[in-house]
Amino acid sequence: MLERPDGMQADALQKMTEYAYQRDNLRGLHRELWFHEQGDRAWLVVTRNTVTHEIVKVEFADEVACHD
Amino acid sequence: MTNRFADSPGIDVAKPVHFQFDNRTYLGYLGDTLASALLANNVRLIGRSFKYHRPRGIFSDGSDEPNALVTVLREGHPEPNTRATEIEIYDGLKAWSQNAWPSLRFDLLAVNDWLSKFLTAGFYYKTFMWPARFWEALYEPMIRRAAGLGRLSDTPDPSVYDKGYLHPDVLVIGAGMAGLVCSLQLAKAGQAVVLVDEHARFGGRLLFSANATRRPWLDTLVEEVSKHPNIQRLIRTVVFGSYDHGVYGAVTRNTEHQAADPGVLPKQTYWTISARQTILATGALTRSIAFPNNDRPGIMTMSAIEAYAVYYGALKGASVALLISHEEGRRTALRLHALGVDIKAVIDTRSDVLSLTEFPYFTGSQVVNTAGRLGLTRIRVRLSDGAFQWINADYLGVSGGFNPTIQLTCHQGAKPQWDASIEAFRAADNRPGDQRCIGGADGAFGLGACWQSAIHAAEAILGQSLDLANPFNESEPIALQSQYVVDGHGPTFVDMQNDVTTKDIQLSHQEGMSSVEHVKRYTTLGMATDQGKHSNVLGLASLAQATGQSIAETGTTLSRPPYTGVSIGALAGHYRDLDFKPTRLTPSHQAATARHASFVEVGNWLRAQWFPMPHEKHWRETVDREVIAVRRNVGVCDVTTLGKIDVQGEDAAAFLNHVYANGFLKLPVGKTRYGLMLREDGIVMDDGTAARLSETQFVVTTTTANAVPVYRHMEYVRQCLCPKMDVHLISTTEAWAQFAVAGPRSRELIARLVACDVSNEIFPFMACAEIHLKNGIRARLFRISFSGELAFEIAVPTRVGNAFFEYLLEVGKDLEVTPYGTEALSVLRIEKGHAAGAELNGQTTAKQLGLERMVSQTKDSIGRVLAGRDALQNDTTCLVGLKPVTLSDPLVAGAHLVGLGKPIDAAHDLGHVTSVAYSPHCQSMIGLAYLKEGASYQGERVRAVSLLDHQDIEVHVVSPHSVDPDGERLRV
Repeated sequence: MLERPDGMQADALQKMTEYAYQRDNLRGLHRELWFHEQGDRAWLVVTRNTVTHEIVKVEFADEVACHD
Repeated sequence: MTNRFADSPGIDVAKPVHFQFDNRTYLGYLGDTLASALLANNVRLIGRSFKYHRPRGIFSDGSDEPNALVTVLREGHPEPNTRATEIEIYDGLKAWSQNAWPSLRFDLLAVNDWLSKFLTAGFYYKTFMWPARFWEALYEPMIRRAAGLGRLSDTPDPSVYDKGYLHPDVLVIGAGMAGLVCSLQLAKAGQAVVLVDEHARFGGRLLFSANATRRPWLDTLVEEVSKHPNIQRLIRTVVFGSYDHGVYGAVTRNTEHQAADPGVLPKQTYWTISARQTILATGALTRSIAFPNNDRPGIMTMSAIEAYAVYYGALKGASVALLISHEEGRRTALRLHALGVDIKAVIDTRSDVLSLTEFPYFTGSQVVNTAGRLGLTRIRVRLSDGAFQWINADYLGVSGGFNPTIQLTCHQGAKPQWDASIEAFRAADNRPGDQRCIGGADGAFGLGACWQSAIHAAEAILGQSLDLANPFNESEPIALQSQYVVDGHGPTFVDMQNDVTTKDIQLSHQEGMSSVEHVKRYTTLGMATDQGKHSNVLGLASLAQATGQSIAETGTTLSRPPYTGVSIGALAGHYRDLDFKPTRLTPSHQAATARHASFVEVGNWLRAQWFPMPHEKHWRETVDREVIAVRRNVGVCDVTTLGKIDVQGEDAAAFLNHVYANGFLKLPVGKTRYGLMLREDGIVMDDGTAARLSETQFVVTTTTANAVPVYRHMEYVRQCLCPKMDVHLISTTEAWAQFAVAGPRSRELIARLVACDVSNEIFPFMACAEIHLKNGIRARLFRISFSGELAFEIAVPTRVGNAFFEYLLEVGKDLEVTPYGTEALSVLRIEKGHAAGAELNGQTTAKQLGLERMVSQTKDSIGRVLAGRDALQNDTTCLVGLKPVTLSDPLVAGAHLVGLGKPIDAAHDLGHVTSVAYSPHCQSMIGLAYLKEGASYQGERVRAVSLLDHQDIEVHVVSPHSVDPDGERLRV
């Protein structure tokens, strides 16, 4: 969700289709975006175990996106 | 005092209580439950069973009760399926039996019992299959009348419910001996403890079984716990569910033990408890034994017999027999005997034990049948030598083992494991990490073992040794030799509440249900309101017998929340009726109310729909007047509800350029631009305007419906996709009261208010500015139009919004200024052909709206690439206007468009009508619609068909712009 392809490239249609529609449905650790809507309105990258629902890590999405 | 043992700790004989059951008045005492008071009055028959309408009585002494369900009348509101074993009586309590007609003692549907041979598992599935149409009309109503428990009241629940949140270090569930000991040690070490118990008093089983020497020890312990400041105590509270991350749901019954709600406390409090650690000190339930006719009133669990005799003093003078398979049963028999209970016989299923001399004691024996039509009179015993004997008894207490109460460990998917050493299911190792079981819940059944497990748990949590001496050093072996099912003649119930017998389970196995999950669903075993607390293990044992497997091999179904039923009222709490969601009022709400406006809910907003005049008879009259006023003179409408997002920063323009499909980089300061926002998949998300107030500041507007999603989306783009841009967003929807001032005379009105030049030359169409009113108040002025007329939108600080609205109407009186509501707003925009919520429905493309050229191909914006997909580009559907061929024909939204002479079916569907209005301008109804090949139908006729409204009319396909298609009026 953070690595949006450049829409002006020649292969943008194929890349954008994958970006918008293809998702891995992971068993185990999964990084997903949460929105702290009732709080500080931060988008967060939450690392969650889809089997146990354990939350392993929470990071600010803008910081993650800046480093990627 | 009659019928009570002396000095019963559970009741206060100085406080008599009169209550009614089935319209007869009885005497009980403060502390009694409905069950104990009825038993003390020799009332054993409480209800009829679910399916066979067999007479049933009280089976247990707590929330595990499967049989004794009654309807209680409270504040005129009947509450069905309430457990008599949990109802604390008060003066004036009224309760009724259920599921019997015409009376409890003579129930006509007891004929089902005689027919029980046919009413076995799957009977309904097999019998009522044909013909199919009979199901809805005949079978289902018939079955629904015959089956079932109590009846729901059709009236709203008058009670008040509330919600609360707790965040203890440790949640201790169950205040029996183990829970009390553990809580106290944790509290002494500084832990914040929440201690919960479903009963009215702390003490657990020990309350019911303690002899005179142990009672003071228990009383001291309870006293110490009650006084400790680190322990928050919740009585009459059930923890019904365990959820992710140590979150538990609980409900406290605050007032149901009293005659009337005191008015301060809610009837129930729904707690969300978030705990670091959780102790399950939930004890264990006595497991019954399935033998023929084991459901007669008077047959109950051994623990229930003890509770009613010892704690409530009931059962005095009654003759009691016990059916047991362990040493705790022997000890119970001796305790009851010491109390003075008339023990007629103890039937011990074990052979290798010694007899007792205090009462007739039969080892190696079984109960193989019982007698007594409306209540137990005799039991038939098969002795160890094979001989049979009838024994007279009013009560039979049964215990074939113990089931640890571990449901809360299963709620997140961990399946209990069979532990042969305790002959019961134990909490799984993969239960949630915050949970520890102690005492009976951990299979520690003797007092000494129970105490030790409580101390161990406290030590583990505290990470230190407590070095305490066990006060219970006597050995209390259980020596359990579990007994589950006894074969014989007569129905042998494993699930009393759903009337499931061993025969049903054998039958379902014969019919191919080999998995326990299938058997459960086929027979409904364990699916009643008691959630299988008593039936589950007996059912598994019965299935294991049928399959020749062990119980461990058979496995178990998973217990799910709630542990006991939770009323919908408790779940809802305060959030009902008007409080179901917040109501947002517009700034001019007061002024609109004063003008007798009719209001309409738009999301959470309450908006003025129209402003009727006294002489107007019909809303259409009002709306037509408002529309005409805007087209001829000037109207004022509160449009505060449209979302406003303030966008600031060096990169504000670049950011909007990325979010909107059309370009924003070159928008000059002081100008507003219509913006089209796409989702990344190319579908239209929303439309609105963006006004550039300075090089680094824009004000974006959204539709009312999408204010929140658009803001969320823009924050997503900002933080996740453009984190390096210098841009910040804030929602200012509620900070500014904004009014549309629309109509040919709008400029004249605006000019009277503002301290700036608003002439067409200085302030042309799409201009915007931060200005001041003549009185110095700051404002924002936009020359934008939703109605198609010369129009402005003016925003003032919300606090002056209502006064400003009044002022507008006052100042513009000679201009015939008219307030208008959402309905006229809608008519005006439909006449003008502007898309709104009904058109932007999450399936719409820019092409369909005729806005394809707005999607800039020279820059990368959200949704541009996928908007270019073939599937979207090849679609020929487009937005059109409709006008009835016969002007007086009504047009309805939702109608489908079909070609002339074409059949009405999905294959010939050409599209649908999205919005309709009566247009005073056209003097007919007009509509907007999505139409396949819409461009080629311009000027043609199609049919608008609504089968729901029985309408099929011919319509002209016209331009969506009924008024001023060239936009000349906007620019004057």
